[in-house]
Amino acid sequence: MRLQKATEIALYAVLELAIDPERQLTAVEIAERYGISTHHLAKVLRDLGRGGLVDSVRGVGGGYRFAGDAKRLTLMDVISLFEDVSADTDELPPQEAGQEIARGLRFVLTELDTQSVATLRSITISTMLKLIVRRPWATIALEPRRPTVRRGR
Amino acid sequence: MTKTRRPNRAEVEPIRVATVMDVPGVIALDEEVTGLLKPAYWRDMFERYGARPGGSRVFLVAESDGRIDGFIIGEVRAWEFGSSPSGWVFAVQVRSRLRVQGLGSRLFEAVCESFRAAGVDRIRTMVAPDNTEIHSFFRSQGMMAGPFIELEMRLD
Repeated sequence: MRLQKATEIALYAVLELAIDPERQLTAVEIAERYGISTHHLAKVLRDLGRGGLVDSVRGVGGGYRFAGDAKRLTLMDVISLFEDVSADTDELPPQEAGQEIARGLRFVLTELDTQSVATLRSITISTMLKLIVRRPWATIALEPRRPTVRRGR
Repeated sequence: MTKTRRPNRAEVEPIRVATVMDVPGVIALDEEVTGLLKPAYWRDMFERYGARPGGSRVFLVAESDGRIDGFIIGEVRAWEFGSSPSGWVFAVQVRSRLRVQGLGSRLFEAVCESFRAAGVDRIRTMVAPDNTEIHSFFRSQGMMAGPFIELEMRLD
């Protein structure tokens, strides 16, 4: 699954602000931290504000603050403000040639989507922040790689 | 003067190995949460997982004043496909009003401790993709997708 740029930026912003809900950061500060466009981030922050996930504080010393419930808000809640990543359940056009092949492919791709959606719905902002501190990817990189299964003849 | 917050029940409720006296409380809690009364099922679960504590099977309860507010059940299972034995959790329940306050995490940590004592270094479970609450709970404990993919087919 590849997320759109705006969604990715939204996740960066929400996670960065949720590290300390009392702290205010400006769009420039967040943008510099992640090497992203301030202009693009400002648009994303407006959408996050409309979604009730961040508060904006105007004036000198103003900025943005996390306004969600980190223990309840999931990655999917943030993502769904920007794009639809739910499993594709559109009906196929009837009586089209090759429809069964299309159905078969759709069936397999839905399997992948179902897993992705379940994962994104299960990970809260709080869980994600704990995961980032724990850095499980560092441990996985140290474990011996599984042998690759080769297709023999 | 700094005010000290009183810990809530979920943070301090004792967790211990289940006894036969806890079974009615487990049945009642499960009925409260799921709406299903399954006395025979839970008596059988206790016989299989709680009656001989200290081995590879673990049945723990969170109880105070005779009231069961949560439980967790698991066992050390040997695995095929070249995987070493690991702890397997297949039941966890916390009274609805005490959720997201730390009791489930304490039960989970207690079962992890039992598995460590039994000599395994991994804990596994399985969740339905649409069971977001329990999936989220296990994720919050640090569980990630494992190295196996579950497959099944109908036999009719």
